This record gives sequence, structure tokens and C-alpha cells, in this order.
Amino acid sequence: MIYFDKVTKRYGDTAAVEEITLSVAPKEFVSIVGHSGAGKTTLLKLLLAEERPTAGNVFFESIDVNDLPSSALHHYRRRIGMVFQDFRLIPNKTAYENIAFAMEAAGRTDDEIASDVPYILELVNLGDKAKHFPDQLSGGEKQRIAIGRAIINQPDLIVADEPTGNLDPINTYEVVEILKKINELGTTIIITTHNKGVVDAIGKRVVTIDRGRLVRDDADGKYIL
Amino acid sequence: MTWMTIKRMFVSGAKNFMRGGAVSAATVLIMTVTLAIIASLIFLSALLTFTLNTIKEKVDVSVYFVTTASESEILSVKEQVEKLPQVADVAYTSAADTLEAFRTRKADDQLTLQALEEVGGNPFGASLAVRAKDLSEYESIVNFLEASPTLSAGGASIVDHINYVKNKDVKETIDRLSLAIRATREIGFAVVILFAIASILIAFATVRLAIYTAKDEIAVMRLVGASNAYIQGPFIVTGIITGVISAALVLLLLWPATWYAGVKTADWFSGFSVASYYGSHFGTVFFILMLSGIILGAVASVLAIRRYLEI
Repeated sequence: MIYFDKVTKRYGDTAAVEEITLSVAPKEFVSIVGHSGAGKTTLLKLLLAEERPTAGNVFFESIDVNDLPSSALHHYRRRIGMVFQDFRLIPNKTAYENIAFAMEAAGRTDDEIASDVPYILELVNLGDKAKHFPDQLSGGEKQRIAIGRAIINQPDLIVADEPTGNLDPINTYEVVEILKKINELGTTIIITTHNKGVVDAIGKRVVTIDRGRLVRDDADGKYIL
Repeated sequence: MTWMTIKRMFVSGAKNFMRGGAVSAATVLIMTVTLAIIASLIFLSALLTFTLNTIKEKVDVSVYFVTTASESEILSVKEQVEKLPQVADVAYTSAADTLEAFRTRKADDQLTLQALEEVGGNPFGASLAVRAKDLSEYESIVNFLEASPTLSAGGASIVDHINYVKNKDVKETIDRLSLAIRATREIGFAVVILFAIASILIAFATVRLAIYTAKDEIAVMRLVGASNAYIQGPFIVTGIITGVISAALVLLLLWPATWYAGVKTADWFSGFSVASYYGSHFGTVFFILMLSGIILGAVASVLAIRRYLEI
């Protein structure tokens, strides 16, 4: 489904990612681990076409992400749900509107939005917070809204960059459980983290990156740094 | 773009404006000041035009005839002058009318009136007041009058004097006025352009600042798959709403402002009342301010948001 073919990304003389070759199959749950600055986020940015590689290619199914013109990027990104450490909710939209925005952007009808958004809000246990703005929600609630936004268009892939980085242990556990449930329903998930507890709780494939290079790829979920 | 998308852009733009709080208020305030400057330029332009027309109307060339000239001879000269293409109109004042006007003007000056009685008869001749279509054409009219002197039956010229030529001060005044009017037009035009540029830059900077505060929001919109048009739309709508509300505020504030200014300044401006002008030209002012507000809001939004949509 996803294939990084000898991908290198340099910022000046510094290599953020160097000669990484990695493939992810459909319905997999992959945790990318590594120290801060190891290159985890850069790898995700390359997948989202936020950055272009200096060398190598990134493939999403049959699409060479490098070849995507700017005008087609929004179509490509609608196939990927994204969750960030800092939530990145739109501050002047309510919880309901934040989730609905992803559907509106994808051109879904008002009827579809009216039926799907309440369902997703219930799924992330925030049915009673629909009219709350992000600054009226706790960190865990914000992240659950962000997950709701990521899954609302039933994407092929969910990419989560340090999704539990700003959460307490209870909310971390809840978020991990939601992501596991989504993966069980057939969505491919890639997360970056340096939280050993999260990796252990997921218990799936772990890819370790160190100083921009892929150093381990364990199918049985071991966190070794 | 579908109707559904357009409707969503309008709803989202309106919500953004309502929820913008202090940022929306600040943008409206700055845009109101900008549009008020544009409105003041409209009034300044009207005042300038009114003043120029008033000055033009007050300038003429008077041709004074000798007392022996007959009315038919004078009317013949009038007919000739009226045929000149540069002449706007010619007013004939008979000797009797001149005497009557003099008596009225000097009604309180018994000494002068007594002297007039002692002279006996009518010492004044008839005159023609010639107004040109343009100030620069007076000289050619005077040249025509001097080049073709009309003679009386006795062989003498019936023209006593032409005030434009005999009184050098009048000629110089007209020349100076012509220069002043031309300079005022040119300087006025330059000032209008400068004010307009300054106002537009201020409005642009304010809208840009408002959109800058939403740059993270724009980045998120891009990442969740919104097209550039779909991201831009609500910001343009917000800009247009800002422009319309600002224009409405200026139109509302202009009523008391022009009324107050009208009361205070009508005497200074030779009867020009800004309040009357606003009342009689409300449609034009409304159209110019609304259009300026909408264009400023929309264009400023488009330009400000473009940099955040680059990949």
C-alpha cells in the first residue's frame, strides 16, 4: 500500500531522512519509534506531500507522491486521515463543525454530514460536546475530536504524529484503544511515538529510526532504542 | 463549483466574521476609516468642482459702450459676439438698467446721488457681459472685439472700453485664476491618488493581519483535503462582509457629520452645503462606498491568503 523507495530528505547539509526503504501493507498498524529529531515526522511529511524528497520515491498504492501536482494534492489528502500531537483543531469551529469540515471539504452532502457527524461524535464518546469550541475541551477530548475528523471520510490510511504526546496516561490509553479499534475495522494506521507504553499497548509492527536511518523493523512490537 | 459549496462558503464566512470578535471589530474599524477617507474625497471633489464653477461664472469680459451708441448697434455687436464658438453667453445691460442699479447700490450715499442729479440725464452707457466657455478663451474674445471695432454713424467707435484690456489687473487676475485652477486640478488629482493608495494599503495590511492570525487554521484545512478555492472562499466572504458593514457604518455616520459640517461651513464655501450634496447624491455615494468596501475586502483577502496556500 505504501512504499518508501530509498528516500532521502536533506535540509541543507543535514539529512533528516537517509536512504529509507519501507513498505506498509493494507490494514497494518505500524508504530514508528525513535528519539526526538530522528526523522519520524519528516517521514510522515513526505508521505503527506508536505515535503518533497531530495532523492528516492514515495508511493501510495499506485501513486508516486512526488509526481502529484499541487492542484491534485487535496484529492490525495482526502484519502488519508491525520492526527497530530497538538490536535490542530480549527479554533473558531465547534467540535461538530471541526469534524464536519473534513466532510464539507470532500464535497459530501448536508444529509451525509447530518447523519455521519453525530455518529462519529458518539463513537469517540463526545456526543454531549458537539457545540463546544476547542478551547472548551480537555486535551484528551481535543484528540478524540481530531481522531473523529481523521476517520469521518473513511480514509484508506490514518497517519498519527505523536498522538499521545500531550495526553495524560488515561487519555493516552483511550486514544490507543480507539486507534486499535479503527485498525481492527480495516484501516491502515501509521503512528509515530517515543512512548514505550503506547508501543507495548498496541503490540504490532515497530519500525525504529535513528538519525534519519531505519535501524530496526520488528513485526512483534518490540520497542528497543 | 456547486451551489452547495458556495452556500457553505457564505455560511462559514459569516460565522468566521461573527466569531472573529476583536479581530473582526478591528478590521471593520480600519476599513471604516479607509472608506471615510474615500467619502471625504468625494465631498472634496464636489466642493472643488463647485468652487471652480462658481469662479468661472464670476469671470467675464465687460464691453462698455459710449452713451451715444444706439441700442440696435449694441444688439448687433451682441449678435456677432454670440456667434463666436468660444462664447458661452452674452448679457446685455441697457444704460437705464445700469443707472437704476447704480442708484440702488448707492441708496445710502446721498452725496453721490445728489451729484448724479446735478450731472443730469444718464451718464452711463450700456454694456455687454461676455462669458466664455473656458477661461483660456477670454483673450481670443477680447482680440476679436479689438480687431473689429464697430463704428457709429459719426465714424467713432461705439465701444468705450473693454475691462479685460484696459484694466491690466483684471487680465492678470484671470491669468492667475487660470493657473490656480489648473494647479488645483493637478494637485487635487495627485492628493486623491495618494490618499487612495494610502487607504488601500492600510486596509490590505489590516485584512492581511486578520488572515495571518488564521494561518495555522489554513494549514489544517489544507491537510484535511480542502481545495484552495474552498479554503479561500470563506475568507473572501468575511472580507466582503467587513467591507459592507464598514461602508454601511460610514454611510450612517455621514448623515450627522455632513449636517454638522454643512451648518458650520456653508458660509465659507459660497453656499455649498455638504449635507445637501450628500442628500441629493446619496445613491452615488452609496454605490461608490459599497463597491469600494466590497472590492477592498475581497481583493485584500485574496492577496493575503495566497501566500498561505502555496505548497
